[in-house]
Amino acid sequence: MSGILSPYLTLGAILFCIGLFGALTKRNAIIVLLSIELMLNGVNLNLVAFSKMGVAPSLTGQVFSLFTITVAAAEAAVGVALLIALYRNKPTSDVSEMDELKH
Amino acid sequence: MLNNLIDNLKDPASYLYMLFAILAIGGGIVMLNSAKVVHMVASLAVTFISLAGLYLTLGAGFVAIVQVLISAGAVSILMIFGIKLTKHRHDGEDEREEAEKVGARSGHLHEILAAVGVLALFGVLYYAIRKASFPTAPAAEPVNTILATGKLLVSRYALPFEIMAVLLTAAFVGAIVIAKREEE
Repeated sequence: MSGILSPYLTLGAILFCIGLFGALTKRNAIIVLLSIELMLNGVNLNLVAFSKMGVAPSLTGQVFSLFTITVAAAEAAVGVALLIALYRNKPTSDVSEMDELKH
Repeated sequence: MLNNLIDNLKDPASYLYMLFAILAIGGGIVMLNSAKVVHMVASLAVTFISLAGLYLTLGAGFVAIVQVLISAGAVSILMIFGIKLTKHRHDGEDEREEAEKVGARSGHLHEILAAVGVLALFGVLYYAIRKASFPTAPAAEPVNTILATGKLLVSRYALPFEIMAVLLTAAFVGAIVIAKREEE
C-alpha cells in the first residue's frame, strides 16, 4: 500500500462529504459541531497522506495537521460554551429554533 | 483506484487500510442514521479512532497519538458533556411529533437538496482525484517520525507552535467566560 495516494484522498473526500451532509441536515447543534469536526478530520487525512507519499514527502504535512487538530479542538470548546450560554437564554438545542437574529 | 487496491491485496497494509476505511465510513453512516444523540457521538468516536489507525499506517505516529488524545478523547467527552448539559427531545416519539408539527415535507425537501449538493461535490472531488496524476514519490527512508516531528515542532515551527499555545489559551479562557453563570 506504499505509494498509492488516491485511496486516502477518496476516503478523505467521503468523510468530508458525510460531515458536510450532517452539518447541513442535522437539527441538533452538538451534532452539527461534531460534523464540522469530521470534515476537519477528512482534511487532516489528506495532509498526512500527502506528507507520506506526495510529490515532495516531508514531515511538514504532519506538523500542519497537528495545527489543524489544535484549531479544531479550540473551535469545539468555544462552540460548546456558546451552546451552553445560549441554552440559558432559550432552552433548546435545535438549530432551526435558534433564529433570534431573524426577528 | 479499485484496480490498484486489488493489485495490492497481497500487501498486508492494504488490509489494514480497508479495515480502517470501512470503520471510518461506517462510523459516519451510523452517525447520520442513528436516533439517539449519544450514539452519534460514540460512532464518531469510532471514526476518529480508526482515522488514528490510518495515520499509524501512514507512519505518522505523533499525529495518531494526538488524534486519539484530542479528537477521540477530549472532543468526544466535551460533546457528551454538552449533550448532558442541554435538553434533547431526540428520544423516540417526541421528535416524530415535532417533525410532523413543523412539517415533514419541507424537512425532506431540505434533506434531498442537501444530499444532491453533497453528492455533486463528491463527484467533482472524485473526478479530480481520478484525473490528477501523482508522480511516484521517492521511497522515504524509515526514520523515527515521532522524534523527528517533535524536533521539528520545537525548532523550525517553534513560533507557530507558541502562537498555537496562545490561541488555545485564549480560546479556553474565552469558553470559560462565555459559559460561566452570570451573577446577578
